[in-house]
Amino acid sequence: MKGATFARLAELRAAGTPVALLTNLRSGSQLLVTASGSEGELCLDVDMVAAAQDALKSDESTSFETPAGKVFVHVFAPPPRLVVVGAVHIAEPLARMGALAGYGVTIVDPRRAFAASQRFDGIAVSGDWPDEAMEKLRPDMRTAVVTLTHDPKLDDPALDVALRSPAFYIGALGSRKTHAARLGRLAALGHGEAALARIHGPVGLDIGALSPAEIALSIMGQVTAVRRGGGTRK
Amino acid sequence: MDATEVRDILATAAEWRAGGRGVALATVVTTWGSSPRPVGSQLVVDETGRFAGSVSGGCIEGAVIREAVDAIATGRPRLLDFGVTNEQAWEVGLACGGKVQVYVERIDA
Repeated sequence: MKGATFARLAELRAAGTPVALLTNLRSGSQLLVTASGSEGELCLDVDMVAAAQDALKSDESTSFETPAGKVFVHVFAPPPRLVVVGAVHIAEPLARMGALAGYGVTIVDPRRAFAASQRFDGIAVSGDWPDEAMEKLRPDMRTAVVTLTHDPKLDDPALDVALRSPAFYIGALGSRKTHAARLGRLAALGHGEAALARIHGPVGLDIGALSPAEIALSIMGQVTAVRRGGGTRK
Repeated sequence: MDATEVRDILATAAEWRAGGRGVALATVVTTWGSSPRPVGSQLVVDETGRFAGSVSGGCIEGAVIREAVDAIATGRPRLLDFGVTNEQAWEVGLACGGKVQVYVERIDA
């Protein structure tokens, strides 16, 4: 790999730009492809570049055959995100497990005392009101949102924004009874049955979790299962 | 960070380069059957054979590191095939029965 290609790849990744590194495995020639174009020495047909851009969109590395040899498309996507509403005791292990699993984690809690009560080393903490924080964070298809406060004033506005976003996972901590009441309030805000069915509540896989770390594990297990399409195979 | 990695391999590669070390990357480009690491998994290697990351569960790293050290010396990239047969099961191969193809390249100065 040319030093300049390596430096440019690092630059694009640092800027959070999804980028694919294409390598002709026979010649070693390379090309960097983003949604807006390509740069590098590897010559490819326009439709091959388009195929690489499709791989970029689907967030999946792949390879294809060309007359000049096999080309490997290595997709470097920005990390998926995990937004945790509520700096409560479960948030600390959840944030740490999320970071370990490769997520960019943001904790949202406007209550300063709560945010200060936990150790969130190296984790982004937003002190904005949840609806404002969520509007800024703009959850996308690679974002998971988990509410933990048990407080409708904080959880509901966050869930309201999450339900209007393409977030791949939405989870809300609370008992079945709490969750039923929550669904009633969100329905009153105009969310239909299909939208409400997107919320995992009570949150997490049923593994009998008791401690904060175990509950965090059950939540990350469920987030992973949804993201990777698990649960459908034995 | 690549979602397949616990730590950022390219960032490690950049650090090592900045420290004046010769560096190569090994990348899983194809897998067949049950393979321990997904396509895109990477290993970074320096000229002394020090490495970070993984391209398998530890089955083929030794051979990949040897090739990477050679790639750093010669500048020649290479495509390595690893599979497993009963005869080679105790040598370099994947105990799980999968096959992987690993591309090894030097990062030029």
